[in-house]
Amino acid sequence: MNVEYEAVVGIECHVELKTKTKMFCGCANEFGGEPNTKVCPVCLGMPGALPVPNAKALEHTVNAGLAFGAKIPSFSKFDRKNYFYPDMPKDYQISQYDMPLTMGGSVKYWLDDGTMRECRLTRIHLEEDTGKSTHAGSGDGRIAGSSYSLLDFNRAGVPLMECVSEPELHSAADAVAYLESLRRTLLVLGVSDVKMEEGSLRCDANVSIRPVGSTELGTKTEIKNMNSFRSVERAIESEIERQVAALRAGERIIQETRGWDEVHGVTHPMRSKEEAHDYRYFPDPDLVPLEIAAADVDRLRAQLPELPWQRFERYAREYGLGSRQATQLVDNVSLSGYFDRVVAISGNAQQSSNFVLGELSRLANEHDVAVAESKVSPEHLAELIALVDSKKINSKIAKELLVRMWDGAGSPVAVVDRESLAQTSDPAAIEALVDGVLTANAAVVADFRAGKTNVAGFLVGQVMKASRGKADPALVNELVQKKLSV
Amino acid sequence: MSEIIERSAAGIAAQVNAKQAGALEIAEATLAHVRSVEGEVGAYLTVLDDLARAQARRVDERIRAGEHLPLAGVPVAVKDNMCLEGTRTTCGSKILENWIAPYTATAVARILEAGGIPIGKANCDEFAMGSSCENSALGVTRNPYDLSRVPGGSSGGSAAAVASYEAAIGLGSDTGGSIREPGAFCNLVGFKPTYGRVSRYGLIAFASSLDQIGPLTRTVEDAALAYDAMGGYDPMDSTSINKPLEPTAGSWRDDLRGLRVGIVREFDTKTLGADLDTIYRKAYADLERLGAELVEVSLPTADYGVPTYYLVAPAECSSNLARFDGVRYGLRVDGADVRAMYDSTRAAGFGPEVKRRILIGTHALSSGYYDAYYVRAQKARTLIARDFERAFAQCDAIACPAASCPAFVFNAKSDPYSMYLMDYYTIPMALAGLPALSVPCGWATPEGGSLPMPLGLQLTTPLFAERLLLDVAHAYEAATGHAAAHRPALGAVRA
Repeated sequence: MNVEYEAVVGIECHVELKTKTKMFCGCANEFGGEPNTKVCPVCLGMPGALPVPNAKALEHTVNAGLAFGAKIPSFSKFDRKNYFYPDMPKDYQISQYDMPLTMGGSVKYWLDDGTMRECRLTRIHLEEDTGKSTHAGSGDGRIAGSSYSLLDFNRAGVPLMECVSEPELHSAADAVAYLESLRRTLLVLGVSDVKMEEGSLRCDANVSIRPVGSTELGTKTEIKNMNSFRSVERAIESEIERQVAALRAGERIIQETRGWDEVHGVTHPMRSKEEAHDYRYFPDPDLVPLEIAAADVDRLRAQLPELPWQRFERYAREYGLGSRQATQLVDNVSLSGYFDRVVAISGNAQQSSNFVLGELSRLANEHDVAVAESKVSPEHLAELIALVDSKKINSKIAKELLVRMWDGAGSPVAVVDRESLAQTSDPAAIEALVDGVLTANAAVVADFRAGKTNVAGFLVGQVMKASRGKADPALVNELVQKKLSV
Repeated sequence: MSEIIERSAAGIAAQVNAKQAGALEIAEATLAHVRSVEGEVGAYLTVLDDLARAQARRVDERIRAGEHLPLAGVPVAVKDNMCLEGTRTTCGSKILENWIAPYTATAVARILEAGGIPIGKANCDEFAMGSSCENSALGVTRNPYDLSRVPGGSSGGSAAAVASYEAAIGLGSDTGGSIREPGAFCNLVGFKPTYGRVSRYGLIAFASSLDQIGPLTRTVEDAALAYDAMGGYDPMDSTSINKPLEPTAGSWRDDLRGLRVGIVREFDTKTLGADLDTIYRKAYADLERLGAELVEVSLPTADYGVPTYYLVAPAECSSNLARFDGVRYGLRVDGADVRAMYDSTRAAGFGPEVKRRILIGTHALSSGYYDAYYVRAQKARTLIARDFERAFAQCDAIACPAASCPAFVFNAKSDPYSMYLMDYYTIPMALAGLPALSVPCGWATPEGGSLPMPLGLQLTTPLFAERLLLDVAHAYEAATGHAAAHRPALGAVRA
């Protein structure tokens, strides 16, 4: 009989913080650029150079902690993590060992169906990024067996925040939803670009399995080299499958670090626990301990924006938007800010969401201009929604109007008045139009009566055309059907 | 030797500021003198002829433009663990033998800004690890008062340079006594300010929590001048203290009336032999004669200074020296792969004492030993600092020997531990971060020696009390004048 297993997953994320300068020196913190152009004696680890902490990076980390409800201890410090690697200029990394900037807290995340979940955080600490190595001649891009390596220190010393979760996620989907929520939150806080493709968000997963119902943790493996949320999902799924198969085959799981192979869709062993480094952490004597004033923490807490999970709940619960629409809005900070202003005026969340995510976003994409920066003001969009709601115009006219508003037409009410675009709902007027169209298309009417009922649509279209789109389509349809069936 | 370079830094600067001498003329005279004595002394690893002249010309221009510079035209020896842009900066090590510093240390930059002339980069024990300068991989420096003896260390090159008039100010760094002990051995004032008073930016780290730059000079006034010029907050060093620097040079007190000077019960000078006992007792009596009240104080944990230091300092050094790996700069000895390259580079680049300390420090920080060694040593360090706090509740300054003996002959301390004990009297103050200096206090002819060698009295005050420290030293110096009793044993100087 097969035992049913449950997966236990913890995620460690490295997040490059968005600051003007690097963590401990005045070099620009920017992605890319000619190799070794954003460097100085400090981030190159030149003899005698000393680190000076970046206050903005400290603030970003505290902000992240506060957003996740973490505790901000009044005392923190930097430690040295000692190990040799060519792209680490000092052969130690300034990091935080036992007194991180933030402790505890949790990430609230939601699944595709809108179910809200929570995963606790162990800690968030601040450290410096390493440089980048390009190993040549080894075939697999690894340092072992390479003939030479190229080093770029532009990234060395970039502030890096490490967020460590508790092992409380139970599936690949959970893990990805957790990451999505973490990413959204950091974006809203403005502390990072969180781009996996540029490496400003990197994550490792700790994966273990245990029999369902067991409370003990199984032996874990650490999965590295995942370059997108999709690969995180695939890697965790594959690793869970591998572990289940191994246990079912009577094998044991070895504690080790495994790399995700994107091409073959499997994880492969990188190093075992026995090869683990003794990092010889000790307090960095070049940096004085950090004292964090309660008043500063209170000030930052008071300045926190509405967080994505809070916004999602508001959209889903208060506005009744579907999970997909709510998520789409939450995912676009400026768009959801725009949406909020439209709803505030129009009072119709569903219609606002339809317009903002639908036609308006289509126009924005087409013109490559953000909605919030377009000529369509939230006030004018709210006017348009009110025109539709009150059936003054139909949706076709609304779409056309929106295109003109995009081009700078201004208030839709004014346009409608000026051009008499208001929907014609007068049955007598529409009836006259219908009669005219039926008379002019006698052959089509005959087809209909001969059983080709699908030509009705053509006739409705002709009536709409005759009304220059202003006729109430429902009424037109009703009258056309009525006249044809006579 | 030209008369002017025998003057103090204060004397030289006064002449240059008064336009009675030019900085370039002094630089040339100093460089000529360096050429005549370096064969005997070996103070410098690199003599900076061009840079010295260029800087001297700049100083002369500024003086002509009406500026007053506190160190106008003063020849300076820079310990070779301090960066000076464009100059070879070796730390006395093969691993940096040909490394050219790409930037200038804050303390050095401030000395130059004040008008100092960099004559050369001075020899030192490799990475400042040693008490005799014998651990330099790049040169031998001899004591100008007896060429068969060591100048002390690790700032031995700077000390020898100042003692032989190859500079008026020597920049040294003191981690466990590396300014004060060579100061004592070379008849100089060796001054270590409070930890954090002088920026460490550009000082190549040995033990970051202890390293402190300070001057070696022939007079207390010169030490004050140099300290005023280079001290003070530096935003590039987050351990530098943002606290106004009280000017120390200038008005001095005439006596020590109203001050209590602590004599440490545990530092019984009888153990140093009859000659030294007599000299130190006389020194304490002189302080009393100047009006100080002598009080006995106790430093019960001072005995733990050396073992504590030899855990904390190596632990930090094991991490600080990791960067010398052959990847980016300095020596590289190729190997089959990167690991082998690290191994062969570091094996060839570091000398035995540096390797010993890296190994000790790596062990002390290792998982399973960290609490027993590093954490315990930090606790001991706190206890030592508390001893001083208690002592300073009873006195204003503490007086004690700077070293247990005068300068010894080469190869006399081949056992590392006997060398470590040379810093017995200076380490406790370093661990407590206190300002301390060594001032000449007498002469003794060592057993087997033929020439009298200088001895140093060590004075210590509470944190940030540099002004008081220099005041006490100045009064003592003025009343005793021990430094003038003998001249260096150099042909060029005697003439």
